[in-house]
Amino acid sequence: MGLATFKGGVHPYEGKELSENKPVQVLMPKGDMVYPMSQHIGAPATPLVAKGDKVLAGQKIGEASGFISANVICSVSGTVKAIEPRRVANGAMVNSIIVENDGEYTAVEGLGADRDPASLSKQEIRDIVKEAGIVGLGGAGFPTHVKLTPKDENAIEYILVNGAECEPYLTSDYRMMLEEPEKIVGGLNVILQLFDKAKGVIGIENNKPEAIKKLTELVKDEPRIEVCPLQTKYPQGGERSLINAITGRKVNSSMLPADAGCIVDNIDTVIAVYMAVCKTTPLMRRIVTVTGDAIANPQNYHVKIGTDFQELVDAAGGFKTQPEKLIAGGPMMGMALFDLNIPVTKTCSALTCFTKDEVAAYEETPCIRCGKCVSVCPSHIVPVKMMKAALKGDCEAFEKVNGMECMECGSCTYVCPAKRPLTQAFKEMRKTVAANRRKKA
Amino acid sequence: MNKLLNVSSSPHVRSTDTTQSIMLDVAIAMLPAAAFGVFQFGMHALLVLIVTVAACVLSEFVFEKIAKRKNTIADMSAVVTGLILALNMPADIPLWIPVLGSIFAIIVVKQLYGGLGQNFMNPALAARCFLLISFTGKMSSFTLDGWSGATPLAVLKTGGSVDVAAMFIGKIPGTIGEVSVIALLIGAAYLVFKKIISLRIPVTYILTVAVFAFIFGQQDMNFVLAHICGGGLIFGAFFMATDYVTSPITPKGQIVFGILLGVLTGLFRLFGGSAEGVSYAIIISNLMVPLIERVTLPKAFGKEGK
Repeated sequence: MGLATFKGGVHPYEGKELSENKPVQVLMPKGDMVYPMSQHIGAPATPLVAKGDKVLAGQKIGEASGFISANVICSVSGTVKAIEPRRVANGAMVNSIIVENDGEYTAVEGLGADRDPASLSKQEIRDIVKEAGIVGLGGAGFPTHVKLTPKDENAIEYILVNGAECEPYLTSDYRMMLEEPEKIVGGLNVILQLFDKAKGVIGIENNKPEAIKKLTELVKDEPRIEVCPLQTKYPQGGERSLINAITGRKVNSSMLPADAGCIVDNIDTVIAVYMAVCKTTPLMRRIVTVTGDAIANPQNYHVKIGTDFQELVDAAGGFKTQPEKLIAGGPMMGMALFDLNIPVTKTCSALTCFTKDEVAAYEETPCIRCGKCVSVCPSHIVPVKMMKAALKGDCEAFEKVNGMECMECGSCTYVCPAKRPLTQAFKEMRKTVAANRRKKA
Repeated sequence: MNKLLNVSSSPHVRSTDTTQSIMLDVAIAMLPAAAFGVFQFGMHALLVLIVTVAACVLSEFVFEKIAKRKNTIADMSAVVTGLILALNMPADIPLWIPVLGSIFAIIVVKQLYGGLGQNFMNPALAARCFLLISFTGKMSSFTLDGWSGATPLAVLKTGGSVDVAAMFIGKIPGTIGEVSVIALLIGAAYLVFKKIISLRIPVTYILTVAVFAFIFGQQDMNFVLAHICGGGLIFGAFFMATDYVTSPITPKGQIVFGILLGVLTGLFRLFGGSAEGVSYAIIISNLMVPLIERVTLPKAFGKEGK
């Protein structure tokens, strides 16, 4: 028996060598900053400023509207230029605050002050995390304060830090594990302070031996934290796959990780918690990998949220070849962009630029029932049957073959020799079924 | 930005496997058996191979032209059908018989039901059974080194004894591709190595036949081994029962399918009129596939208890 893992999954080309040895560089934005009010799962935030207002770095400019929602923090100082709908990475128009950056980065009072987490109560920590606008930075964008407030806090036995970074090409989490591992351990300790019965496990895929070594060394005197090396396989970093690999527990679509005694947070999210609680710094930045064969100098950047993607491309030396496809995120789960004038939001882990679009290079052919999709599906369902239901638009049949258990990881589509758009069809069906359920409820 | 970008839903990468590459691998895997057949039975066997494959590809081409469907001969599936059908022919068969079989396989069994992926029976096997029923004499007269002889399983049926070692190598009368167990196993190993097929169907199939032969036949190792090596079981188990389109897609279903194949083959061989039964067992089991899949749908991750 080898390393901890889950059953199913695929091994796409990793592409991490492009940027894995590039230390994180701080990118200072030049142009206007765009802050969408919805960068998370849940209700959009409400703007707290108006056109013409002066704003400071670290100032809350969007207020969470409800429990499952998140604040939006300004990452520069300047003047509010407009509040209007702007295009975001998923293609939607989202109400956004546009700030003219004065280049001074004047901060709100007290920003960056040291704070001892031991002096804080559990409620104070949760309030700080909420105030800081922290959401899951791995991609889903679920508000972190909600995750940290489960029904029964004593039922939480594991705080899992997701350092799998199974998505091809991405190296932002890897760089942070190498460069700022103390902050990861610090952030994890803050979270563990909330859950007396829990232990912390940092899961890292074994294609990152340096990161495993570094963190293992760092936690050797931490009684409540351990590092768990994981087999390199996509989607190892999917929440359900990670929980299964580390704890052996299984979470299905109708459960939350908390139902299995687990809370899962991404590496960068844990760092954000550390920064908010111990350094009085709300979520204003994230680490973005700018990569792909079309980029002149693939890089990892420390980017202020709200920065235009075009600025990232410029900083990375522009395109060395004409790109055919730009992806916000990685190639397995990222979103294709049709324009670079889109702001970096809390959940944008990468900008991947491909000279050739593999999807367009292949033509869809009939299913030959080879069963590869069945063997790779981490949800152990049968994509062939789901596709049959999806093509007919038959929601009932789709649910009957457990279509709602799909986590949209894309493994089936990746492996399909007939190049059928399985995941794409499932996303549509899942949306329809979910909408129908809401209607009934 | 002077060129429009491609926008599509994730994932944005694809594996390099295609239908064509898989079919090509299956065809390559049958080459050792085909080569052995030509080596043993002579140039007419080679002619049968070439003519059958050509007839299958041509049938597909012509039908798709007439039906105004997209030309799909590049996906290599017709080549595979042709090879399987040819390897199921006696070496000295008159060429018009495999040509007729090719037309039946491609047009009636495959294309009339909707083309690749839609046929409910293995086209090559359905064609073989059609030919067996229509031209029983020509389809079941086998010669080796100029002598016409009975196949080992026919010898066993009449109470004779057979040389299992000769069967393993292939020095026996039979169809072009079924005789040499060793050549077939080389091809099968290639398919397993390339992850084109899993061992679930072939292993359960062969084991079930062995157990069946042991219980209902003779409690004799030679008898059981003869049943494993003879009658095209190895060819059928690895190359025909594993046909993607006509075998269950669920892992448990593949095991059920293998057992069903084994039981049917055993019944046909030991209690039926003919000495062999692999082809009939497979096409009958093909019909059971939708039912098998329905009852063997896997439990979704995290829902095993429900």
